[in-house]
Amino acid sequence: MEDRFFNASIYDRQAQAYAENCRADHMTYLPSMEILSSDLLAQVIAGRNACCWEKYTSADVQKALYSNKRSIEDFMALLSPAALEYLEEIASAAQKERQRYFGNSVNFFTPLYLANYCENYCIYCGFNCHNKIKRAKLTNEQMEREMQAIAATGLQEVLLLTGESRKMSDVQYIGEACKMASKYFKVVGLEIYPVNSDEYRYLHQCGADYVTVFQETYNSDKYEKLHLAGHKRIFPYRFYTQERALLGGMRGVGFAALLGLDDFRSDALATGLHAYLLQRKYPHAEISISCPRLRPIINNDRIEPLNVHERQLLQIVCAYRLFLPFATIVVSSRECARVRDNLMQIAANKISAGVSTGIGSHAASQMGDEQFEIADTRSLQEIYAALTERGLQPVMAEYVYV
Amino acid sequence: MQKDCFKLGDREFTSRFILGSGKYSLNLIRAAVEEAGAEIITLALRRANGGDMDNILDYIPENVVLLPNTSGARNAEEAVRIARMARALCHTDFVKIEVIKDSRYLLPDNYETVKATEILAKEGFTVMPYMYPDLQCARSLRDAGAACIMPLGAPIGSNKGLVTREFIQILIDEIELPVIVDAGIGRPSQACEAMEMGAAAVMVNTAIASSGNIPLMAAAFKNAVLAGRQAYLAGLGAVSSIARASSPLTGFLHD
Repeated sequence: MEDRFFNASIYDRQAQAYAENCRADHMTYLPSMEILSSDLLAQVIAGRNACCWEKYTSADVQKALYSNKRSIEDFMALLSPAALEYLEEIASAAQKERQRYFGNSVNFFTPLYLANYCENYCIYCGFNCHNKIKRAKLTNEQMEREMQAIAATGLQEVLLLTGESRKMSDVQYIGEACKMASKYFKVVGLEIYPVNSDEYRYLHQCGADYVTVFQETYNSDKYEKLHLAGHKRIFPYRFYTQERALLGGMRGVGFAALLGLDDFRSDALATGLHAYLLQRKYPHAEISISCPRLRPIINNDRIEPLNVHERQLLQIVCAYRLFLPFATIVVSSRECARVRDNLMQIAANKISAGVSTGIGSHAASQMGDEQFEIADTRSLQEIYAALTERGLQPVMAEYVYV
Repeated sequence: MQKDCFKLGDREFTSRFILGSGKYSLNLIRAAVEEAGAEIITLALRRANGGDMDNILDYIPENVVLLPNTSGARNAEEAVRIARMARALCHTDFVKIEVIKDSRYLLPDNYETVKATEILAKEGFTVMPYMYPDLQCARSLRDAGAACIMPLGAPIGSNKGLVTREFIQILIDEIELPVIVDAGIGRPSQACEAMEMGAAAVMVNTAIASSGNIPLMAAAFKNAVLAGRQAYLAGLGAVSSIARASSPLTGFLHD
């Protein structure tokens, strides 16, 4: 069948050659992987497949806009092509919900990349194991210097990231990083390779309380074509990461589809459904959604997010806000200053600041290459000032570890 | 005339307007104190937990009682731990118990709230529990040593007003402790109504924080709370659905 959402910018000859040879079943768990008894995946996929974007009309969009409590059907209407015409009204409604739940607060955080070794072959990602980049991993001393440098800027929330290599950055190593991070920061989040619930419990005891994993795309067939090797290839194991993290005692979990890999509407829908259904199952879970668009990487500066333009991005972010008004919405430095600041004012409520996606570049010169090109290179102070100017209130942390 | 005040722990308060936490800004704190006359300001410990770039603690006047809350607690044990941290950090025995394990509706867990209240009251805290208006729970909170009870009018931040009016009235009628209506009050008239019903005080945040003119809205709440309180003290006239002649037919009778 023809792929209507083929993004030629991410494919290269190496990936195509590899794909022809190696195709392990992406739906079969590997021996070490914990299997949960849950039908959440089937529900999300059924919801994604059942949606027919063309059927939504202006009337559906208006009904969704003026509804007090928005249903899944309303969410679909807000994401549909018919809704684009109402973008101004949608933004205004989203802003009201954002104000109601978060006032004028904007939460700040920064990512800290501990290592960029990776065993996966995700063809659009700068860290993928076949991409020839400078690899590095911080030692404990280097890690501490990085944390000190970040903490000195006034940031109190850190998101620890690694490439997906269990061999080079094992759970013990990440645990030590969490312990150290909790000395310097009030909030410690993780964006690492998915692990089992007992390992999440260990990392939680080390001080981490939030886990973010991007599903990238919820189209299993497309997922299989983009993630050619490594643990990440196993689609259902990745899907159940958030649930395992909650079972391991984590307070909050983050979701995202990488917009531009496949049909962005269907992936945004699936992301929202995933978050919605998991929160229904675990009512205490704090939910967070990111909305990354594809960016150029080292050795492929052509990568672009296909048909996800700024208008579509705004539509998606607003639809998330209107469907899940209580959820945190994060906009990363993949977006430029203008887009980020406006999104914060309309629908999003969490922003990264003082970002470097390379390894070791906060305290010293960069040791390892970055995951993707960032578009907003402002310092924390510059972002702080710009948001304050817009009447927003930067918040460095709103959390207590218990 | 005797001063009209109410007591929480060993402190007396004349202002019946309490600023809630949640949507915080320095403008809001200033307006609450200067325009609304607040003597108690709630602060989420998780927001005050030291070292913020704009540390809220620095902006709270000395004569105002800081009321740390336990927001972020998902059960009694976590609430107790946060309360102890709050005592150390804010140097106060006052604590508002919030136990919430639902991130969508943010409704309180009454059962866990009673458990936390019992432990903290024994440790000498002045415990102000946020609760869903349920009579049995209110009695348990009283017996556990709560200093007041704080039933919600409507879900936090909803501005929906006194959706639970009938049940709050039962608590006011049956529980001897001060009843402070917390959450949901969206406009001054609703604050006034709660005070007319006999609430000891109201807690407000979003209604002021989200208004176009924060100081003016704070002043409006002050007036509304006062009006409601005076009406309660004066005693409201009975409500009747039919007109009553002010010179009744039986007025001629002498014995």
